[in-house]
Amino acid sequence: MNPLRRKRLSKIALNTTATLVFLFAVFPVYWMIATSFKDNDQIFTTEFVPFPTHFTFEHLTKVLTEGVAGNSIWLYLRNSAIVALGTVLVGSMFALLAATAVARFRFKGRTSFLIALLMAQMIPAEALLIPLFLSVKRLGLYDQLLGLIVVNVGLTLPFGIWMLRTFVAAVPKSLEEAAWIDGASRMTTFWKVLFPLVAPGLVATSIFSFITAWNELIFALILMSDSSGYTMPVALQYFFGQRGTDWGAIMASSTLMTIPVVIFFLLVQRRMVSGLVAGAVKG
Amino acid sequence: MTNASTIARGGGTSSAPERRRRRSHRPTKASGLPPKAIPYVLLIPGILVIAGLLLYPMIQVVVMSFQKVGLPQISGKRPAEWLGWENYTKIFENDIFWSSLRNTVAFAVITVSLTLILGTAVGVLLNKLSKRMSTFVIIGIMSAWAVPPVAQGVIWRWLFDAEAGIINWALNLLPDWLSSLLFGRADWTGEPWLNDSITVYLVLILTVLWASFPFIAVSVLAGLKGIPTELYEAATVDGSGPWRTFWKITFPLLKPVFAVLTILSIIWDFKVFSQLYVLIGGPTNREAFNLSMYSFAEAFRSPPKMGSGAAIAVVLTVILLIVTAFYIRQMVKSEEIQ
Repeated sequence: MNPLRRKRLSKIALNTTATLVFLFAVFPVYWMIATSFKDNDQIFTTEFVPFPTHFTFEHLTKVLTEGVAGNSIWLYLRNSAIVALGTVLVGSMFALLAATAVARFRFKGRTSFLIALLMAQMIPAEALLIPLFLSVKRLGLYDQLLGLIVVNVGLTLPFGIWMLRTFVAAVPKSLEEAAWIDGASRMTTFWKVLFPLVAPGLVATSIFSFITAWNELIFALILMSDSSGYTMPVALQYFFGQRGTDWGAIMASSTLMTIPVVIFFLLVQRRMVSGLVAGAVKG
Repeated sequence: MTNASTIARGGGTSSAPERRRRRSHRPTKASGLPPKAIPYVLLIPGILVIAGLLLYPMIQVVVMSFQKVGLPQISGKRPAEWLGWENYTKIFENDIFWSSLRNTVAFAVITVSLTLILGTAVGVLLNKLSKRMSTFVIIGIMSAWAVPPVAQGVIWRWLFDAEAGIINWALNLLPDWLSSLLFGRADWTGEPWLNDSITVYLVLILTVLWASFPFIAVSVLAGLKGIPTELYEAATVDGSGPWRTFWKITFPLLKPVFAVLTILSIIWDFKVFSQLYVLIGGPTNREAFNLSMYSFAEAFRSPPKMGSGAAIAVVLTVILLIVTAFYIRQMVKSEEIQ
């Protein structure tokens, strides 16, 4: 075989494999979206219906009006958004302060703090379930979105600090020093110099916390007993009924839950991957 | 990046005296704090959260694992009763504990290996593609990674649905002789994948593999981009094949990346909960429990046995800490953390 032909063949082989990988990754997502726009005849069939030829919005309308467990899906989406945004607002502020401390200052106890951060990430959230449930109950935060926010801040903060400190450390210190020389106060330096440069990293970290809180199931299951306080992951469980599952409705709701996360993800994926790996490799 | 961070962390030594002099010229600082106190003030909220929401509860869960915490104790009618090791001896005598432990460990070992193998292969593949093709594939695989765990469970439960699932349809497409040869059966109509604990875990492995290989692939790709191409050119000139090149050049250079990816995968896969919860429809099928699900079921299904749930959670944590201790030691030893 001549080398040119061999090269072309290997290129075809590579692109075919790549396409297969693409299909393996995308097909389940496509199938979720396609199912939510099919009518029930095309859903409950042993035939293969690749596209929703009887395109319908009935499932979407149904979950947004009738909903599940007594409430519209809007309410659950709203609850999830409140919890996720609350977690991000509180968590990213705390994370930025702590990341600045460990990346900009050398002080007694810094190493111990970093080790504690590392250990905190190893603790499975499931292990904290029982004591946190009891504490939340004792504090009167049971059945309140605030309780979920508090718990989610705890779950996302160690990683947030860990990830953010590499972004803070990457900003050259000379910039802040220049501002000091010009007579800027510490606060001004922080807000006018450091903050804008760390902002992209802060966005990536915030989106990571947002997604974690948005997806969180186990605490939402035990801290919310009234259906009006359910978040999306909990509400989805109620579609699996005793008398068969309404797959069109659950796929429509899953699609609604997934879309914001996928958009966020694609926006920051590059920075998030580097943050995850760098944060872990380089400490 | 390395340079900047070294300057940020260690560079203070050379310029510190100078800076102190400069600072002393300024009469007052806006914060009014002595410079030494600043990092501690910045850390206060973080420390409060970590201590209050992670470390203190961790201590509590260990204490509770030696206590009897049932309904009267939860409602505060009776104080917790000290049991010693009774919770532990009881769960060690329970078959469900051992099947949960087996499920947890087997699932983690299989899934972590498969994810790393597939992810690395795809990462290497992405590095060989044209720019446009690799962007296209990356967007595709990232959308799988982005799907929320609960939705992942929902999607795969639907794909493996007994009646209308597409997997059973596809298996029925196989020629009967091939299907019989491979699986010993030809007809897959109505095959209930999610009733039996073994097949539940088959589906779970596939679900988690599908959702987590993209992260490995993209991280490996990022690592590969940092390896100078001359190394590969030299290897090709010396007549090294792709397999040999991978093990002699790529793998040693990416070792730190692989170490991190392995540890992250272990942490994630050891405590998989959401996907399993959806696939088996809540804590019902006890044979299909893993340790997270078992602890959850003990503590929150009536009658609540929180002490015993705590003991299971402690076992899970100890296993995770032992597995990851090596990694923590590496991190602590490395200069970055000091």
